[in-house]
Amino acid sequence: MKPIVDQFPIVPDPSRRRFVQGLAAGGAMLALSSVHKPLWAQSEDRSTSIVPILSGSQFDLTIAELPVNFTGAPRIATAINGSIPGPTLRWREGDTVTLRVTNHLKESTSIHWHGMILPYQMDGVPGISFDGIAPGETFTYRFKVQQTGTYWYHSHSGFQEQTGVYGAIIIDPAGSDPIQADRDYVVQLSDWTDEDPMKVFAKLKKMGDYYNFNQLTAGDFLRDTGNMGWRSALQKRRMWNQMRMSPTDLGDITAYSYTYLMNGMTPNSNWTGLFKPGERVRLRIINSGAQSFFDVRIPGLKMTVVQTDGQDVEPVTVDELRIGVSETYDVIVTPEDEPYTIFAQSMDRTGFARGTLTPRIGLMAPVPSVDEPEWLTMTDMMGEMSHDGMAGMDHSEHMMTGAVAMGAGATQVRHAKTEYGPSVDMRVDTPRTNLDDPGIGLRNNGRRVLTYADLHTVGGAMDPRGAEREIELHLTGNMERYTWSIDGLEFGKSTPIHFRYGERLRVILHNDTMMTHPMHLHGLWSELESPDGHFQVRKHAISVQPAQRVSFLVAVDALGHWAWHCHLLYHMDAGMFREVVVA
Amino acid sequence: MHSILKTDPVSDRIRTFAVVMIMLCSSFAWAEEQADTAAPSAASPMSDMDHSQMNHDSAEAMDHDMAAMDSAAAPVPGRAQGGSAPSNARDPHAYSGGYDFGKTPRTLRLADEKNFASLLMDRLETVVTNNNTLATYDLQAWYGRDYDRVVLKAEGDYDNGALQEAQTELLWGHAVVSFWDAQLGVRYDSGDGPNRTWLAFGLQGLAPYWFELDITAYVGDEGRTAMSLEAEYELLLTQQLILQPRVEIDWYGKDDAGRDIGSGFSKASVGVRLRYEFRREIAPYIGIEWAGKFGDTKKLAEAAGEDSSETRFVAGLRFWF
Repeated sequence: MKPIVDQFPIVPDPSRRRFVQGLAAGGAMLALSSVHKPLWAQSEDRSTSIVPILSGSQFDLTIAELPVNFTGAPRIATAINGSIPGPTLRWREGDTVTLRVTNHLKESTSIHWHGMILPYQMDGVPGISFDGIAPGETFTYRFKVQQTGTYWYHSHSGFQEQTGVYGAIIIDPAGSDPIQADRDYVVQLSDWTDEDPMKVFAKLKKMGDYYNFNQLTAGDFLRDTGNMGWRSALQKRRMWNQMRMSPTDLGDITAYSYTYLMNGMTPNSNWTGLFKPGERVRLRIINSGAQSFFDVRIPGLKMTVVQTDGQDVEPVTVDELRIGVSETYDVIVTPEDEPYTIFAQSMDRTGFARGTLTPRIGLMAPVPSVDEPEWLTMTDMMGEMSHDGMAGMDHSEHMMTGAVAMGAGATQVRHAKTEYGPSVDMRVDTPRTNLDDPGIGLRNNGRRVLTYADLHTVGGAMDPRGAEREIELHLTGNMERYTWSIDGLEFGKSTPIHFRYGERLRVILHNDTMMTHPMHLHGLWSELESPDGHFQVRKHAISVQPAQRVSFLVAVDALGHWAWHCHLLYHMDAGMFREVVVA
Repeated sequence: MHSILKTDPVSDRIRTFAVVMIMLCSSFAWAEEQADTAAPSAASPMSDMDHSQMNHDSAEAMDHDMAAMDSAAAPVPGRAQGGSAPSNARDPHAYSGGYDFGKTPRTLRLADEKNFASLLMDRLETVVTNNNTLATYDLQAWYGRDYDRVVLKAEGDYDNGALQEAQTELLWGHAVVSFWDAQLGVRYDSGDGPNRTWLAFGLQGLAPYWFELDITAYVGDEGRTAMSLEAEYELLLTQQLILQPRVEIDWYGKDDAGRDIGSGFSKASVGVRLRYEFRREIAPYIGIEWAGKFGDTKKLAEAAGEDSSETRFVAGLRFWF
């Protein structure tokens, strides 16, 4: 690999630098042009996507190295069937699908069908559900498709997800789809780095803020002093500095290293989808990033959210939504006779993925600039500090016996004894439990932004039972050491978590860090509850915000061994990971 | 005073250890206490912060709350950092139901069970004084995992191609609390004068307000004791232009004339270095430093016709990988 300095010209202030928006020709396309049909011939929904769509019940997928060039620097990626993303798989509810996955890499690989309900041996996590797929070998996955909606699949081996092994899954209902649309596009977001992901990880281990070029400077201090007086400027910084925490740590890896992709295309190569004015267009937004949250909006268009994580929700119309890593949102838009930009800025505000919806080839809409990054707030650090919150906490201590009828807001915070050591840099004693906070950078931005409180799964909970048992897990880490863990224990020091087969279990996730963690439980649905314990939305990944405490119910109906982890790839690999044993 | 100390080796050693332990413990305790009290004590500035950061409603709510928190009767959010687990803290293995990863070695191993390696050349510089020019190196390398690693520290001066004063330490570093590693190992002094070997015990970490501290106590043969303290701070003028103040203080329990050391506080240096990070890993710098000798060490220097203090201009390269 060439030194990174070659790719990133030195400029005086990298925080002001425009991130690498990629080659106009873009991504894997150059390498693929000979093996693919011409543009506009990929599907009836005409787009510039380079991603093939495979449908049926028999699939052959091959994982191999692929030369790519997203930024002007040639690199070797890992890809499924020679494209990034890999082919979109279109299944039908009720079918039994057979997927033969062949490994042409020099290292072990795997495919995990993200969000699928299936036998655990088909779940594709090396070391948990099977042995992985050795070089040269083929593993045959076979399972019955019991669900509908938008999902995705990806490697669960090493950092292959970062280097290109991911694709979309669309499952059509056996009957008619309650969500009717004239056009149907996958909008798969991801993050690409020219660096070796293991080197990225090693850099973070040595310097947790390596990629943060939005740190507090003396200049900022002088500016604040001018605006608010030196006393206030000092006070604004005092708590952060005293606690050795950074208010600008919004994403571990920024556009300093990342180029953000939409359907495998850089902002400059501009993925484009066509529509006819007045059509209902369904966008299946999937966050296949390794480490990036995206804030998605289409200036000029309202988005009606109709599904998340494959589960239909009561329609809710918004201007913008934040999509956590591994989450999906299906939205319906009804564009008029003009082009629109699909704009997905990274949560840290260092860059964006971008595409275009247009009635005619060649039209483009203006591309917004990224918003100014905000400081994390006291709410993100300390949680709920209002009197109401305090009172709620007090009450809860007297209500512990009745806690099974209540949501996360009702129960007393109990830190693990392993949270008092070097693996944890802070703990939150007064968490916030509300779900109606869109999160840092989206609060009061003048746009209607989706929150979990807006989401209601059609048909309600899958299991009418209340919780019979409750477990509490704390999301923990130490940014200075770049360690990430659950209850202060990395995977290597953990023991499995036992779910009792057949039980209805409440899980409380309590975030003791200042980062948002998309927690993905394999094989079982996570049915998020409102703070007062009512069913909210069914998901396969739940983003837990800083200093937030949420609860969800699980119908423990799938025997076997399952992975459960933060879907930020570098947090997962650092050990924010558990094995769940259902028995 | 020094003569009294010298004529009474027993009290010398007791005082030495007393000073060392007090300094170690107090700095450590200070750091942790600061952390423990950070949450409630920093509450007062939030009224200002809220207005700038949050919408008006929540700002009012917070102000109200802060006022309550400042009064003694208000609930305290508790210790957000450090401290020790209360007796009723959860057992993190309580949910295992007796399950483990099976008898065979667990096949899934994540990066928490991988070793990493790093080398930081903090100072590789040319030092120019009134009457001399020499070269200085100061590096720290480690190999290992998050909480246990082998640490190598090396620092020394070259003058006319000859090693003048070198100090090399090989330590086991063990993370003890959130921001601090304890280090235990050996130190070897070489260069001018007879070589010395020491046992070393220290603490290295990050104090509140982002001060990087490295405090080590040493015990050598013939009853020698020593202590050193290094403190650094990084002031970001911009994202890449960084001003780094640096203080180093050495203390010895006993004279060592062979190495021009007198007992007591022997040497100190205070400097600032201004570096430009072309990349995070590579930064040339310039700086200025004042270095002085004290007590008996100063007398030894003066007797040898050397300056007891000097101003140094430095230029060098900081890099890591």
